[in-house]
Amino acid sequence: MASPTKSKRSTRRPTDPNPGQDVAGIVPEDFPEEPIRLDMTFNVYAAGRFGHEELGLASDDVLSMYRNMLLQRRFEERAAQMYGKQKIAGFLHLYIGQEAISTGTATALTLGKDSVITAYRDHGLGLALGMSANECMAEMFGRIGGCSRGKGGSMHFFSREKRLFGGHGIVGAHVPLAVGIAFAHKYKKDGGVCMGFYGDGAAGQGAVHEASNLAALYELPAILVVENNQYAMGTSVHRAFAETEFTKHAVGYDMPASLVNGMDVFAVTKAVQDHAAMARSGQPSILEMRTYRYRGHSMSDPQKYRTKEELDRKKDQDPIIRMKAYIMEHKLADDARLDAIDDDVKAEVKASVDFAEKSPFPDLETIYENIYEEDDYPYLA
Amino acid sequence: MAQLQFREAIRAAMVEEMERDERIFLIGEEVAEYNGAYKVSEGMLDRFGPGRVIDTPISENGFSGLGIGAAMNGLRPIVEFMTFNFSFVAIDQIINNAAKIRYMSGGQFPIPIVFRGPNGAAGQLAATHNTSTESIYATIPGLKVVAPSNPDDAKGLLKAAIRDDNPVLFLESEVMYGMKGEVSDDEDYVIPLGKARVAREGTDVTIVAHSKSYWIALRVADRLAEEGISAEVIDPRTIRPLDIDTIVGSIRKTNRCVIIDESNPYASISSEIAFQIQDRAFDWLDAPVARVTAKDVPAPYAKNLIDYYMPQEDDAYRACKRVLYAD
Repeated sequence: MASPTKSKRSTRRPTDPNPGQDVAGIVPEDFPEEPIRLDMTFNVYAAGRFGHEELGLASDDVLSMYRNMLLQRRFEERAAQMYGKQKIAGFLHLYIGQEAISTGTATALTLGKDSVITAYRDHGLGLALGMSANECMAEMFGRIGGCSRGKGGSMHFFSREKRLFGGHGIVGAHVPLAVGIAFAHKYKKDGGVCMGFYGDGAAGQGAVHEASNLAALYELPAILVVENNQYAMGTSVHRAFAETEFTKHAVGYDMPASLVNGMDVFAVTKAVQDHAAMARSGQPSILEMRTYRYRGHSMSDPQKYRTKEELDRKKDQDPIIRMKAYIMEHKLADDARLDAIDDDVKAEVKASVDFAEKSPFPDLETIYENIYEEDDYPYLA
Repeated sequence: MAQLQFREAIRAAMVEEMERDERIFLIGEEVAEYNGAYKVSEGMLDRFGPGRVIDTPISENGFSGLGIGAAMNGLRPIVEFMTFNFSFVAIDQIINNAAKIRYMSGGQFPIPIVFRGPNGAAGQLAATHNTSTESIYATIPGLKVVAPSNPDDAKGLLKAAIRDDNPVLFLESEVMYGMKGEVSDDEDYVIPLGKARVAREGTDVTIVAHSKSYWIALRVADRLAEEGISAEVIDPRTIRPLDIDTIVGSIRKTNRCVIIDESNPYASISSEIAFQIQDRAFDWLDAPVARVTAKDVPAPYAKNLIDYYMPQEDDAYRACKRVLYAD
């Protein structure tokens, strides 16, 4: 499939290192005589179209992707259980159903060099990028052994080492940060790209509009990813957007965009590979990943906004079931191997609960830590 | 030392720091090609190029967030607001992201960033362009807030702010940009944040005033001196953290205090300083702490009304006399 392309603009850019003939401030003289017509093409990454071999993945890679998706699923199922036992408090937003996106992303990116930032539904991406189940579960338990020392909780997973820049709670507000992280990659010329994930609901926020424009204007190595799980809390996309095709939003920023079936991990992997290559060449873009969250918005969601039939229909597309079928069909593993993976994942998740239970609560004096750089800041008593 | 305008002192601080550290860049509306809405960044585009002096569209929320993201990924941005009135479009970025990400990440992501630009009232600009923002931002843990009153402090404090590994809001003033003063040309002229300056020593009453109000305090001190009353003038310079020790030390000597604060009075910097004084120096006070502020209303347009809106020198003079029981 051809990568989406667009012609480079000729106008002078603030970050253009070689400001040339075009002088800033000159408004084009030519006023069009004909009606303006848009010729838009958005690539589509459909389910079932890509196999592991053409993505350069060995069978072991496929099995480790499967394991990773299963880890996210089992981890969150256990987290929901722990929420019921009041071991986890506050908000808990589950990613169940969306695991192909996180795993496909981590497969396609250069880990340790590229950057990822997301909203509060962050467990899946954290685990996909290689954060340990232990530090993640302990964070949700509010323990000092958590990835954010018990200061963030479920919504605020961060890992400097794995380059997960959060875990953010205000819808859409982290998308400008994604663009800034990409800005720094370009500034430092380190070859990294930043993927900024946000939900369909966030696409209505002004911050996302501003960030999209800045990414395109400065030609930053950014991929802005709309994880369209169809619902912003209880408000369906159709009740929130005049234009429900998020790829088309990219037109306003003169950016390419593609639509991805977010239930197929290989479609996601291929799309991220292509768009990361674009980003590295200085072309930011938007990816709309169509997905579905099987659970409520958060643990307190009665889900009256959708029918059981809709949910059942979507469950046929479960990314983990799809992947298991793919593995069986291509004889990449036998039942025994898959059972072993299942057991291994369950043990890892169970161990993370034990780790979290044993990790101490933060000492009270840690409340004054990690606010300012200096240790002697004069806090008011 | 050199005679510099306030705006030139700020520019000198930015230029020297950008020469010293390649990770620093300046971003904001009209900072590059236009040479700055108030000519603070004049010549910086030519000196550093468009990669480090960066014009933005009118997108405060977007470019503030861009700066914070860049800070998370190893850079040290200076974000210019054309005025801090426009920072309210970006207040979520400042309060929720700049101030809290270090904390929420358990210390993994420091945010070394400076947000700077003019703050407070600047004449007949009406209500939305005349806000004093210092108490709004100073209430947020994770931020530092600096408000210099003169060119020399502006340079030394801005250099400190740029070198600081925390988010710092650096509040300037449109009406002070042309003010001239002696400014250090030492490349390492750094005034530590959180240290007040005793601008004038005295024994009878302490006047605390920052930014433009500082100049009212000096005039009042002159008038009082003519009557044989010795006023001590303290410029806090940094609003958060506040150097309360210097203020309390002065009050233990003078036993009286007047605060001049250009903010609206309710829950303002003067409220906080007055609370801390009664908490720390109650037994040394010979009179209630007095304050002179902007009126408790939005800033009006009409010349006579905006003049009346601002803290009045006469009111500050009378407040000093009142706390001395000499009125």
